[in-house]
Amino acid sequence: MPSAPAAPQVMLRDLQDAFRRGVFVGDERDAVALIRRSGITPEQRLSIYRNNTYGSLINVLQAAYPVVCRLVGERFFRYAARGFVAGSPPTAPRLSAYGGGLGDYLAGFEPARSVPYLADVARLEWARHEAYFAADAVPIAPVALQAVAPERYAGLRFDLHPSVRLVSSPFAVLSIWRANQPENETVPRVDPRAGGERAMAIRPNVQVELVPLAVGDWTLVCELATGASLEEAVAVAGAAEPTFDLQRALLEHLTRGTFRAFRDADEPQGDSQ
Amino acid sequence: MSLVPETAGPFAADPIPARAGVGLRHNHVHDFIVEPPDIGWIEIHTENYLTAGGPRLRQLERIRRDYPLSCHGVGLSLGSHDGLDRDHLARIRQMIDRFQPGLVSEHVSWSVTGGVYFNDLLPLPYTEEALRVICRNIDHAQEALGRRMLVENPSSYVSFRQSTMPEWEFMAEIVRRTGCGLLLDVNNIHVSAFNHGFEADPYLDAIPLEAVGEIHVAGHFVHHFDERTILIDDHGAPVDDAVWRLFRGALNRLGPMPTLVEWDTNIPALPVLLAEARKAQVLLDAVGAGRAASHVA
Repeated sequence: MPSAPAAPQVMLRDLQDAFRRGVFVGDERDAVALIRRSGITPEQRLSIYRNNTYGSLINVLQAAYPVVCRLVGERFFRYAARGFVAGSPPTAPRLSAYGGGLGDYLAGFEPARSVPYLADVARLEWARHEAYFAADAVPIAPVALQAVAPERYAGLRFDLHPSVRLVSSPFAVLSIWRANQPENETVPRVDPRAGGERAMAIRPNVQVELVPLAVGDWTLVCELATGASLEEAVAVAGAAEPTFDLQRALLEHLTRGTFRAFRDADEPQGDSQ
Repeated sequence: MSLVPETAGPFAADPIPARAGVGLRHNHVHDFIVEPPDIGWIEIHTENYLTAGGPRLRQLERIRRDYPLSCHGVGLSLGSHDGLDRDHLARIRQMIDRFQPGLVSEHVSWSVTGGVYFNDLLPLPYTEEALRVICRNIDHAQEALGRRMLVENPSSYVSFRQSTMPEWEFMAEIVRRTGCGLLLDVNNIHVSAFNHGFEADPYLDAIPLEAVGEIHVAGHFVHHFDERTILIDDHGAPVDDAVWRLFRGALNRLGPMPTLVEWDTNIPALPVLLAEARKAQVLLDAVGAGRAASHVA
């Protein structure tokens, strides 16, 4: 009587790697050889894990990118997302941080070429997503700058609120995003080529807000984010937008909660006021 | 809601009562805040709350005031040959220091290899090597978290040719070597028993009952491959009658235990979930009353 073939002596490391190849790479051979045969086939058993893994990760992406999904339809979205998951599986078990590269992936995704603004809409949705889960902080009060002597203004540096994310696109991404909210059953017509848009995502307290910014305003915040002084940032903003009005911009940002702290140039970072 | 981010919650480490609880899911959070339901305790998936900030943490802080909390991990990957992710462990430690759960649990499975996270609970071969790996990792986790954990018996769709012991022996040996407790998932026993063709009831006799600190019940999905059937542990349906039977069998051996109704996909309205928890509570009450009666007699 022939004996059953001996079980392969595989170390746990190799078994786990074989499973990874079987699920993510589609190279099932080694994994299949490890699985006990009874009832359904080892390939079918492995397919359950592949479906669970891909299905759950695609669901995570779909929840993070509702507008991208609405723009291309669920079937197309899940097809695209599957390719993204295969090439960029999560590296950490925190799914709130998974999927930030989808915009870049879509930018190079051939089947989505007819929707050139799709990648930037994805980047806008990710900015929103990150703002939602960012650290909480109390923004500085709008009146806080009143106590600062005018001669100190030029040298002030600002720490942005930890939820601030900045997105810029040659397309009208914010208008597209707004037009595709679930409450709009029919999508208002938006000309994606109506001109570029810049936006800031921010969550000063509970709600994430998407704020359109003019080019000067956007440049100001970008410069301040890199640690420039107010004087330096205003110079760059003014070059980007000759009619840039600093007083209006600063007041709006203070009201919105864009800044967590400010300090004089010679103060170490982290001290506020 | 306060504008000021709350610092460490003023929570005592409330023990989890031997009552029915439910998993807290995002679509029920509003209901829980507006009108806290009559339920013994809640359980969360720890990984959903490891963010730097945001409304979810504040909502949990609010709900935690009304309920004892259990933190059920799904991403630590206790069975990974590569060992545990120290950053992840540190985040969990921070989270449990803040929310003071009465129980902390994880799975006898793995989810990470070579820096890739599967977001699924994958099965281990039941070998001496795998036992050494998972016990080393549980020791590491219990040390880093500064407390005893419960580990949950898995549901699985494959068994490995090289396994040298049955699952219940593997579970018992983990408890013996690490001193951890058990989270007895009776739906998983039912699912695995069906999928691999073993008897569910003897499983209950083979595990160290004194280590059990919590029970899970859940629904599963019956999947057909041509003429063959396999049970998928999707937590997406009411609890099956066979699982309630197994639950009664467990209670008869254990007495009343903290019992969680898990519902993770096709999540129903909160009243449906609470009704399922009431079924568990009725069985818990019955076994409690039976025990009291036998003490009197």
